[in-house]
Amino acid sequence: MEIKPLVLHYEVSGDNFTGAGEASVAMKRELRQMGFDANVIRRAAIAMYEGEINMVIHAEGGVADVNVLPDRIEIVLTDEGPGIADVEQAMQAGFSTAPDNIRALGFGAGMGLPNMKRYSDEMKIETEIGRGTTVRMTVLADSPKNSF
Amino acid sequence: MGKYLHSVTLDKDRCEGCTNCIKRCPTEAIRVRGQKAIIITDRCIDCGECIRICPHNAKKAIFDPLELSEFSYRIALPAPALFGQFDHIDDIDYILTALKGLGFDDVFEVSRAAEIVTEYTRRFLSEHKADHPYISTACPAVVRLVEVRFPYLTDYLLPVISPVELAARMAKEEARKKHPELKPEEIGTYFISPCPAKVTYVKKPIGYEKSEIDRVVSMSTVYRHLLDALKKVERPEPISRSGVIGISWAATGGEAAGLLNERYLAADGVENIINVLDEIENENFSGLEFIELNACRGGCVGGVLAVENPYIAKARLQKLRKYLPLSQNRIDPFAGVDAPLEWNVGAESNPALQLNTDRSQAIEMSKQLNEIAARLPGLDCGSCGSPSCKALAEDIVRGDAYESDCIFKMKERIQDIFRSLADMEHITVRDLEKRERDEKGEDRT
Repeated sequence: MEIKPLVLHYEVSGDNFTGAGEASVAMKRELRQMGFDANVIRRAAIAMYEGEINMVIHAEGGVADVNVLPDRIEIVLTDEGPGIADVEQAMQAGFSTAPDNIRALGFGAGMGLPNMKRYSDEMKIETEIGRGTTVRMTVLADSPKNSF
Repeated sequence: MGKYLHSVTLDKDRCEGCTNCIKRCPTEAIRVRGQKAIIITDRCIDCGECIRICPHNAKKAIFDPLELSEFSYRIALPAPALFGQFDHIDDIDYILTALKGLGFDDVFEVSRAAEIVTEYTRRFLSEHKADHPYISTACPAVVRLVEVRFPYLTDYLLPVISPVELAARMAKEEARKKHPELKPEEIGTYFISPCPAKVTYVKKPIGYEKSEIDRVVSMSTVYRHLLDALKKVERPEPISRSGVIGISWAATGGEAAGLLNERYLAADGVENIINVLDEIENENFSGLEFIELNACRGGCVGGVLAVENPYIAKARLQKLRKYLPLSQNRIDPFAGVDAPLEWNVGAESNPALQLNTDRSQAIEMSKQLNEIAARLPGLDCGSCGSPSCKALAEDIVRGDAYESDCIFKMKERIQDIFRSLADMEHITVRDLEKRERDEKGEDRT
């Protein structure tokens, strides 16, 4: 019998920065109750956090959907922002299109997508210019990444 | 995992079953059931927030009594926060001499040991360059908070014993040298503490097997006796061996500032440190080497058992330390510091928040929890005895509460019952009227 996932849904408001990171904290709390390994929780939380920040900086917010299964956590971040022109370039550490006022706040270091890839076990980006971006990440409960 | 013996406890007779404490507890460790508060001991971190908030003084911190007859050689270990409790004192030696006046044979300032911990920490940080900051372990409530709510960060905890533990070890070592005739069990160390978490910590230490602190007495109890004893001090003995760094540990920022580098963060207050720990878990720290966190606002001067307002105490300490050298103590094998300062037992994460040890089961329970939570009003009023709607949902899933504990759910049900009653009444009245008409009709025929 296939196990149905636990479904979580978060709205990431694009109005301001103060709310960015709230979904990550809320998800962390849920994952803790479910007894995932501390490393797994942290990887999922960071991946979510970076994704939230990205959606706030670039896309005026979006939504985060999470499926929790005993062996994995799937995070899907969907926004209706400008899309990513060159995904390969965006994946490079240090590359950022964040405006100066965002950088002045300490964001926009160009580590968002690279960190999301680093902390998740799988990551897929679907993007269309002018329409938006969907990032799908999977964090496995049992992964070699848990030991770093 | 052993059960903790907590310092923070409930006086059932005084508890009115209000919701102040459940709302304030940072680990959601309190429930009100049957009009009385219950502390979930696995979750309690002994921060003392409930003691502070309780309007009926029903929450208490259990300390050891100030009973000196149990040992033949008694050493007082005053926390530096004690020195900020008294007005018009310009020399710490007055307070230390007054402590002897209470019957202590010797006094060993915790601040003196703190300076050695500071130096040790400085060395530790330069020898253990990590890709993360180290979190201070001097505040036991913070360490417990990390164990309960931030299991990943247990690896970030600075594995160095606290100043008071070092003070106890050094004081006993000194006493044995001064009095070789004493048996180890005849020497007793008494920590004068502003903090209930330290009581728990002495009974179940973090980082090592057994504490050398024999008794933990409340600062407010000692304060009362000291007021009298201070009046009797004519000429203070030169006892103090603390400098600015040691005394500064009493307030937030003092421990971190002693590291003499700017790559630190210092925060206090339980809500604030939870936010900081969330940020650290998200790796939102660049270039930080050290995180000083104190559960009490203001730091140890803000301890639950401190008498004076924390900010006034801090201001007094600024004055007291003004003409002191920066530090009077360093790591020196001849100064009696041969005890290892590092932990030999790691901190362990505490799974008290897990719904079930089986993950599939826990996920199923989480699903039910979220479904129940969605049905609850989301007002987090606390009237059900759980701190929030989400916490009530959790308690229901764990089998410790019922949906009808929610007064709004109850109201809905009562309204439903009234509506059915009203319907029934309506039907009954209609039927009666019909019967009456029918009977009259019968009469007519």
